[in-house]
Amino acid sequence: MKIIVMGCGKIGTAILSSLVQEGHDVVAVDNDDSVIEEISNIYDVICVCGNGTDCDTLTEADVENAELFVAVTGSDELNMLSCFIARKMGAKHTIARIRNPEYNDAGLSFLRQTLDLSMSINPDFLAAKELFHILKLPGAINLETFSGGNFEMAILKLKENSPLDGVILSDLRKKADLNFLVCAVQRGEDLYIPDGSFALKSGDKIGLFAATAELPKLLRTLGIAAKQSKNVMILGASRTAYYLSKHLLSGGNSVKVIEIDKDKCLEFSSAVPGATVIMGNGAQQELLLEEGIDSTDAFVSLTGMDEENILISIFASTHNVPNVIAKVNRPELASLAEKLGLDCIVSPKKIISDILVRYARALENTLGSNIETLYQLMDGKAEALEFSVRENFKYARVPLKEMQLRDNVLIVGIIRGRKTILPSGEDYILPHDRVIVLSAGHRINDLSDIAK
Amino acid sequence: MNRRIVFRTLGSILVLEAVLLLLPIAVSLIYADGEVLNFLITAAIALLCGLTLRILTRNGGAVIYAKEGFAIVAFAWIGMSVIGALPFVLSGAIPSYIDALFETVSGFTTTGASILTEVESLSRSILFWRSFTHWVGGMGVLVFIVAIIPNFTDRSIHILRAEMPGPVVGKLVPRVKETARILYLIYIALTVAEMIFLACGGMPVFDSITLSFGTAGTGGFGVLNDSIASYSPYCQWVITAFMILFGINFNLYFLLLIRRFKSVLKSTELWCYLGVIVTCVTVITINVSSIFPDFSEALRHSAFQVGSIITTTGYSTTDFNLWPELSKGILLLLMFMGASAGSTGGGFKVARVVLLLKMAKRELKRLLHPRSVSTVRFEGKSVDETTLHSVANYLVLYIICFIAVFLLLCLDPGNFDLETTFTSVTACFNNIGPGFGNVVGAAGNYSTLAISSKLALTVGMLLGRLEILPILLTFSPAVWKKQ
Repeated sequence: MKIIVMGCGKIGTAILSSLVQEGHDVVAVDNDDSVIEEISNIYDVICVCGNGTDCDTLTEADVENAELFVAVTGSDELNMLSCFIARKMGAKHTIARIRNPEYNDAGLSFLRQTLDLSMSINPDFLAAKELFHILKLPGAINLETFSGGNFEMAILKLKENSPLDGVILSDLRKKADLNFLVCAVQRGEDLYIPDGSFALKSGDKIGLFAATAELPKLLRTLGIAAKQSKNVMILGASRTAYYLSKHLLSGGNSVKVIEIDKDKCLEFSSAVPGATVIMGNGAQQELLLEEGIDSTDAFVSLTGMDEENILISIFASTHNVPNVIAKVNRPELASLAEKLGLDCIVSPKKIISDILVRYARALENTLGSNIETLYQLMDGKAEALEFSVRENFKYARVPLKEMQLRDNVLIVGIIRGRKTILPSGEDYILPHDRVIVLSAGHRINDLSDIAK
Repeated sequence: MNRRIVFRTLGSILVLEAVLLLLPIAVSLIYADGEVLNFLITAAIALLCGLTLRILTRNGGAVIYAKEGFAIVAFAWIGMSVIGALPFVLSGAIPSYIDALFETVSGFTTTGASILTEVESLSRSILFWRSFTHWVGGMGVLVFIVAIIPNFTDRSIHILRAEMPGPVVGKLVPRVKETARILYLIYIALTVAEMIFLACGGMPVFDSITLSFGTAGTGGFGVLNDSIASYSPYCQWVITAFMILFGINFNLYFLLLIRRFKSVLKSTELWCYLGVIVTCVTVITINVSSIFPDFSEALRHSAFQVGSIITTTGYSTTDFNLWPELSKGILLLLMFMGASAGSTGGGFKVARVVLLLKMAKRELKRLLHPRSVSTVRFEGKSVDETTLHSVANYLVLYIICFIAVFLLLCLDPGNFDLETTFTSVTACFNNIGPGFGNVVGAAGNYSTLAISSKLALTVGMLLGRLEILPILLTFSPAVWKKQ
């Protein structure tokens, strides 16, 4: 499929790299020729240097034949305008990054409609949402939601001396009388899709799948829940911090934001009156101690510098803050940070590229089923996908045990109306169901791909 | 330097060469000329070396950078030539290995300079292999590898850049692999078209196939002693047209395919290239009109020779060595200019000449108006300073390498005159083939040169085809130092 990515900053590069890996034909557009040069050396894409709102540039990028046009430059207005022009010139679908909070209010749907946008993405908002979910579920290092929020997959890391160390999965089920499934385990570099006889070990990362409402209780029963985050300290008054604080404050939590820039502090305190805004350098340990890092429940580091976020978060961890989350955008730093003991990392870049990969895949398949959600888990080793089943699904009403699933593919859950089934061999899939599938090593485009 | 991937690619190339050798084997079986065994032995050696290299380097990572791209290209071309020379030695067609290597490198680099005094007595399969090397070398063997091997490497653009001639190598479509495939499809389609045109003109099938290979790669090996002179005027015109077509940037053919006619018509390089051809043909036709009985013959011969020299093919329909000095002078200058960037032709490339002229013009303007700021525009776009620098640098390297090869040739014990020495270097370095003078002219050959001169010219041909940098970089120790 032909996709044009306009704007090759951090997000743009992440998007085009994952789209190239997916096998799409990508055209990268940027007005900085040194950036373009760099991109053309590393990724197998065609590069066009120019302004994305210029018809000549768009013609050179062959916009008439583009299936999808993604505008992710730093400027919202530029993104919107170029999407509008691209759509008029023949691009079938357009996606714009719109991050300014002023646009992201009630007027957004009007904007989307007028500009004929297929989707608008706001990385800050999405990152804040993910951060909020993780803070709500202490103990989890990552949380992916399915089926409009009814289902969640929590990624947990078993700490040293975890109560689950050495526990066999079938025993785990007896321990908690709740509906749940351990659907993936990452141990070191390897990924397992475990069966009942699998024994957990300290240091494993596990994917735990359950209904959203039951998940907190489940973690408590299993004895791996951490302290609830009531007061949260946020470093950096970024847009993500703005959205996150709004979420947290409306949930009755207390929020303290540390920011070095005076203007940003003023702006933030007027935008989010409920938050305590501290002007100071968060990199100074003295300041953090003075502001009570020892007694805070959660510490979220959201400055623009990956390195700063990692280092300050490690400092917070050493002061026994129960939940420490760092925003790290560069994947190579994320894996380093993990080695340094920082488990919980949020990357807006990854969130966005997941969304786009999902969107592109859904555009590609028009038969049988629709991809509703797609997440890449465990450093991209596995994917969790949610499909809504259409009328003409090939294996409808076939019991799962007769379906001959591929290796390393697992049907995690079937959602039928308001009922949720954690399936066994006797269960089957019906049209209009939503099916959640976990796959390691296969690229699943369509629900019928799960069978051999 | 990721040595493993360099040698693994070399292994793949040798395996590919073994496969390519099946074609002359088939030819040998058809004509029953008794060369099957010689080609089989060569194919076996190529396969063995290739597989050994691949097994020894099986655990290499696939990430390459620009320097690996250069090294891969240099080694691939040298490796192919070293093994590709064997059939000539084994069959006894060329007893000396150095001569055979010269002939093979001349083939792969699409030079067409020969050490053979007499080609008509050679067996069919040897003649086929000789011409086929032109075809393989024309578009580039690594472009072919990139087109056919799945998941070769993510960054095969570096390989494409190192192998394809021209100041800037661009992709036609987002994927390198698809780009390489499209280029080869255009190449194959044009070659087949020429074969059909020639065969329709009454040329024997074998001749039309081999000559089409020679034209497509802008090589120049013929199958008759007098090159193209004894074919019908129709065939000569067909070859003229196709030589000129193969000297055009292949990107333009792709633009034609996707119906972007306007972009083709706006191409600066195309118009310069065609303009130079028309001007030179006109001048030479007038200049030589007294030699030939009528105008049409003068036009045919001058068009053929101009087309042959500017595209660096090196076919000839007449001994242009006997032409007046003005015509010879123009042809000598065309030798340096060469064909368009991104074509199968060699030489300095029209694009670079145009860019250098524009840079010179800008410098003059800067002298008049010291504070003036202006960019050099080419193909409707402004060219960035890095590209301009690289073009200027290329000129410097080109001159240095040329001088080095030239001095080595001056040492030749045969003590040839200056015209012979200078034009033989010019003809080999720019991948043309025949030079001027009685020894290396259109009617002569390179057999009388000393071994040292042949080796120097062999290196010169490789430098010219790969545009100097791959060879120079690969053999500079700094690249191989462990960091």
